[in-house]
Amino acid sequence: MVSKIVDDVDAAVADIPDGATVMIGGFGQAGQPVQLIDALIRHGASGLTIVNNNAGNGEVGLALLIKSGFVAKMICSFPRQIDSQIFDEAYRAGRVELEVVPQGNLAERIRAAGAGIGGFFTPTGYGTLLAEGKESRIIDGRGYVFESPLHADFALIKAHRADRWGNLVYRKTARNFGPIMATAAAITIAQVSEVVPLGELDPENVITPGIFVNRVVLAAGKASS
Amino acid sequence: MSTAPLTRTEMAQRVAADIPEGAYVNLGIGLPTSVSNFLDPAKEVILHTENGMLGMGPEAHGDEIDPDLINAGKIAVTALPGASYFHHADSFGMMRGGHLDIAVLGAFQVSASGDLANWHTGAPGSIPAVGGAMDLAVGAKKVFVMMELTTKAGDSKLVEKLSYPVTGLGCVTRIFTEVAVFDIDSSAAAATGVSVTELFGGATVASLRELTGLPLIDATSTTASTTALA
Repeated sequence: MVSKIVDDVDAAVADIPDGATVMIGGFGQAGQPVQLIDALIRHGASGLTIVNNNAGNGEVGLALLIKSGFVAKMICSFPRQIDSQIFDEAYRAGRVELEVVPQGNLAERIRAAGAGIGGFFTPTGYGTLLAEGKESRIIDGRGYVFESPLHADFALIKAHRADRWGNLVYRKTARNFGPIMATAAAITIAQVSEVVPLGELDPENVITPGIFVNRVVLAAGKASS
Repeated sequence: MSTAPLTRTEMAQRVAADIPEGAYVNLGIGLPTSVSNFLDPAKEVILHTENGMLGMGPEAHGDEIDPDLINAGKIAVTALPGASYFHHADSFGMMRGGHLDIAVLGAFQVSASGDLANWHTGAPGSIPAVGGAMDLAVGAKKVFVMMELTTKAGDSKLVEKLSYPVTGLGCVTRIFTEVAVFDIDSSAAAATGVSVTELFGGATVASLRELTGLPLIDATSTTASTTALA
């Protein structure tokens, strides 16, 4: 019997090594797998490269991971927010490196990695500071910049429901980066609000097929199969 | 014609008047978001929020608030009947792929050739943050900018050449300000890019030429400022 259900969040992240590249789902708080991030902090792997749209809000989740000193580099589109004080301070103190990527290029780089694409030319960012040092090309009279795929060792994502095969459905705008990050990481770990029996998810409505998911953990604590 | 410059509320109303029924529209964070308050409820306009929804409804209040349902500004919103959710690569694909009719954005500066600066002041010590600004600039069929025409120091934000870092080149098609509406034709065929189509609060084309230093075309009597879908 195939079951990707893991008993608890600590077991789910226990093999993340120092120096790993970890994608973390979410747009602000929506879709952020806070319990997996808390487990990652307890686990204590350091020198991490984190991929997320933002760089943490307030003093929870990703912000707390940065505060804990485990993050060496952030790859994100929008680090600066009214409540990103933990990142701001770490960045200004030189403790965290920053790679800023336009949001759509970030999403497409993740998608490309998961789809086996070796890179792509995008009009987004052409002629800007964020294209400096990158290959560019005029195609049919329009300028494009070459962007490379973005792979990860692990992806930590949040979904709404899962079955033991790892099929996932999301909830509203909390879907955001979850489906693409699930495809781009060697190991994808999904924190979910509910685990349902196999066959209960309508195949027409599965957003992330289980092939992209390695581990499922029930956020509230105990798992059922 | 009004006798005072437009207030920010009136600017939002003016932008809303140029958004036709059936348009797929992204309203940027900040001032552009307020345009949604003035869309005619009798017209169906489909709002896109780049974090992953079409058919976004008004801001959520009280029991409607759901932390899983937010807009690009991370404000709790509602979903209208007919709404759809999608992941980030699809959301930016619909933007980059030219499927959105109109994006309404704020700006630090716009150049006479339609170049947009709105993501980074370039000030030393500032932390760069771009979000979806560059994607919106290059992706939407029409890019409307909504801004006050001058800085606090009185300098024109409509300029010959940008001094702020570029967000997108040749992308802005219309600028709504408190004193005038400008259209930009950035096609190579256009002899000069910028036309004045409407004036508010006693501004004149001559006074705007002086302020901007640009050879503005007076189109105030010829242009009907309505937007048809391409």
